[in-house]
Parts: sequence; C-alpha cells; structure tokens
Amino acid sequence: MIKFTDSKGKGYKPDQGLSSSRRSFLQYSGAALATSAILLSGCEQFEEFIPPKNPNSPKKVNLGSGDIGILNYAYALEQLEAAYYTKVALLGFYVGASAEEIRVLEDLRQHEVAHREFYEAALGKNAIGKLEFDFSMVDFRDRDSVLQTAKTFEDLGVAAYNGAGPLLTNPDFLVVAGKIVSVEARHATAIYDLIAPNEAFVDFIDDGLERAFPPSQVLQAAAPFIVTEIDASNLPTA
Amino acid sequence: MDFIKLFDSFNTENRSEEEVDTYMSRKEAFRKLGSLTKKVALASLPVAAFTMMPKMAFAQSSDVIGVLKFALALERLEYQFYIKGVDSGVVSGRHQNVFMAIREHERIHVELLEATIQQLGGSLNGVPSEFDYTAGGVFPSPFGNYQLFLALSQAFEDTGVRAYKGQAPNLMENDDLLKVALQIHAVEARHASQVRRIRGRKGWITEEDYDGIDGFGATFMMASSAVYAGEKNTTHVGVEVTEVTTVPVMAVREAWDEPLSMQMVLDIVKPFIVS
Repeated sequence: MIKFTDSKGKGYKPDQGLSSSRRSFLQYSGAALATSAILLSGCEQFEEFIPPKNPNSPKKVNLGSGDIGILNYAYALEQLEAAYYTKVALLGFYVGASAEEIRVLEDLRQHEVAHREFYEAALGKNAIGKLEFDFSMVDFRDRDSVLQTAKTFEDLGVAAYNGAGPLLTNPDFLVVAGKIVSVEARHATAIYDLIAPNEAFVDFIDDGLERAFPPSQVLQAAAPFIVTEIDASNLPTA
Repeated sequence: MDFIKLFDSFNTENRSEEEVDTYMSRKEAFRKLGSLTKKVALASLPVAAFTMMPKMAFAQSSDVIGVLKFALALERLEYQFYIKGVDSGVVSGRHQNVFMAIREHERIHVELLEATIQQLGGSLNGVPSEFDYTAGGVFPSPFGNYQLFLALSQAFEDTGVRAYKGQAPNLMENDDLLKVALQIHAVEARHASQVRRIRGRKGWITEEDYDGIDGFGATFMMASSAVYAGEKNTTHVGVEVTEVTTVPVMAVREAWDEPLSMQMVLDIVKPFIVS
C-alpha cells in the first residue's frame, strides 16, 4: 500500500534529506506513481517530482530590504505553493480525485513551479535559499484536506501580493507582481469552485474587495507550514 | 469619440520639470496621507485631510483622477451589464448566486470609485453611463442568449483584469489608491475565473483564447482577440521564463496575466459605449 510518510517533519535533518526523500519516493506504489507518470508525459523532467532535497538548505533566511526583500517574500510564498502542489501530484492526488480536479491541481503545480523558478532567476544572487516545508498537518489522501489547504494558500497568496504591491518602488516589479496575483486569484476561484461549485467568492469578499495583508500577517499565517526560519525584519513597511 | 478625448487629455498633459522634481516629495506626502486612511474608508476620508496636504501633492492628481475615471467607466459597463443580466432572467438558475454576487461587487466598485473621484476634487462628468450591449446590433440579444451573455461577461472580466493591471504603475504615488485598485483587480480576476469555468473553460487564460472567443461569429472572434492580445508573453522583467523552467511553455503562458494599455482597453469597450 501507499505509505504517506512525511520525510520532512519538524525533526527533519538536512543531511538525511536526499536519501530519505528518495526512499519514500520509491515507497509510493503502483497507482500513485502511475498517475504521476502519466501527467509527466510532457517534456518535463522526472527530477522535478522528487521532493526538495537540500543538503545545504539554510536554517534561517533573511529576505532582505527594499524591492529585493519584497521579491524574496514573494519567492518564499511561491516556493511554498510549488512544494505543496508538487507533493499533491507526487502522492498521486487524493482518493477519488476526478479528472477535472487532477487537471486543475496539475495546472496549479505547473504555474507555481514556473513562478518559483522565475523569482529564483530574477533575483539571481539576491535570492534566498530553498526553504524547507512541513505539510504534516495535511492529509494528502483526503479531498477536503487537500483542497482546503490549496484554498488557504491561494487566498493567502492573493492577500499577500495585494498587501505587498504598494511596498514596491519599481513599477516593473509592480507590474510583474500584478501579472502573477491575478493568476493566483483565478486559482483561488477554481479551487473554491471544486469545493463548492458555483459558490465561489461568496465567502469573504463581502465588501467587493479582496483582502490585502502585510507581510508580517502573511508570514504568521504561513508559519505552520514553513520549517526554515524567515527573517522579514528588513522588509519595507510603508 | 468624446470619451476617448477625455482620457487623452489626461495623458497628454505636459509635466513641467518642476513637477517631475517634486515626484519624490509628492510620494512622501501621499505616504503620510496613507497613515490616515483605511481600506474601505478611503471614500469617507475627510476632505480636510486633503486640504492639509502640500500643494505639490496635487501636481499630478489629474492623472490619478483620469485613471479612476477610466476604471469607473469599466465598472459601470460591467455593473449595468449584470443588472440587466440578472433582471432579464437570462442567467441559469444554478448560476444565479454567482451573477448576483458579481453584480454586487461591481456596484461597490462603482460607488467606491465615484466617491473617491469626488473626494479628490474630480468630476464624474464625461464618464460613460449609457451602454449598448449589442454593440450597435452586432451581438443580438445578449440578454436572451445565455451563451452570448457568458461570452461577453468573460470578455469584460478578462479585460477588466488587464485594465487595472495596466494602470497600477500610474497609481504608485498614492499607496492607498494603489492598494484598493489591486484589491479590485483581484476580484475581477476571481470573476473572470468563475465565468470562464461556467463556460467550460479553464479559469486562466489559455491557448484556446489567443485567437478570440469562438462560437459567436467572426466579428465577436476578432473583437475578443484584442482582449487576449499579448497573452502569449513569457518574458518578465527580462527573464525569459521558458529558459529557466522545465514547465511546458503553454503553462508558462497561463501563469502570467498581461496588462493592457488604457488605449487598448478603450478600443475594446468603445463599441459598447453610447454616452
């Protein structure tokens, strides 16, 4: 049977990361692996599906200051989302996932991985390292758990970008953040449409405006999922 | 068209060197203002708060007001479209909640923008308020044909997302206005995603869209292709994303929404504006 062992809980040791990740990867049996393999039949490389393996992963990162700090903050959130959907796909999606649900989650995985890799390239030497995540509170076999967590991440991502936009000073960065946030909002609605068809956005947008959270609030909300300590103290606040 | 001229007049305003020099101090002034305001209370900000600000802070305020009037025109276009849609009975029963929610959001956007423009000392004169959703008879019975209604809704919402995105840099000197614009922008994206899914499309813009929305004739297809112009772009702030990821190019295109200029948006909505 499929073993849903989490190789990277709180007690995760970086030097064991690579081997334990690979070992648990090999434990995923037939069905789950086959599903993932089918989805991989494009031009993607298989390695992308192996959970993050960072023997040199930092215990603590400093996002930095100014626009770079805000972009690193976005990079951190995109790392979180990408890692999450990668794990959802790697585990073969939840029990009873429909073709439509798999299609949506796989699209989200690809989009978030592209966002993550974009930030990494755009930030270059200023990029924070690769973060370690803890998804042990997610039951990856359970539809409700997977979709509610996805909704949490997408809603949080939108609120994060909305709050961060005014903190940027370079208009080019503002535009690229805008290009990404609307896709995150599209994701949020698609996920919510899977959870409660045709009830999307009736829950919290009751004043006609999306939420906008400052980085401190976003990082606090995301903290249970992030193992690496994030120092956001140098981010602009106004 | 007068409407177009109205916006051109904001864009062509000459900036003196002095005005350019004061940009940073204006930004600073707006930041100070920012601490006085709250999200939804923007419109109810006492006028006194503005009169207390340095004069130079208003050197470019007509630009900002021009952006807000442009946004108001689009919100009115959408709001009246959904009023008619819901009232006409064209909306399927199982989507009634969706379109009533969207209508309510657009109402709030209209009222927020109207109040903000007036608070900033602007006038609502000249902002379009009467619309023809057949575009002069080109798209017959948008409120009798649900599929056509949905297609127009998708076009308006996807255009709205791109319009706000394109104007965001023009609001940077006022953090509060920018934040509210971003908050509206994301709501439009949620609408777009939902309507697209009702139409059996993906929530995000895909290769199905680049040539326009099909199924409603060549005119609609061509008109709506302008809604998706440039959406294939994969280069952002100098990074060619397809070169730094193994994600397929189709997904990379989907993962970024592109902005539209004010003029491109106006060209798209012009056929629907009566006055």
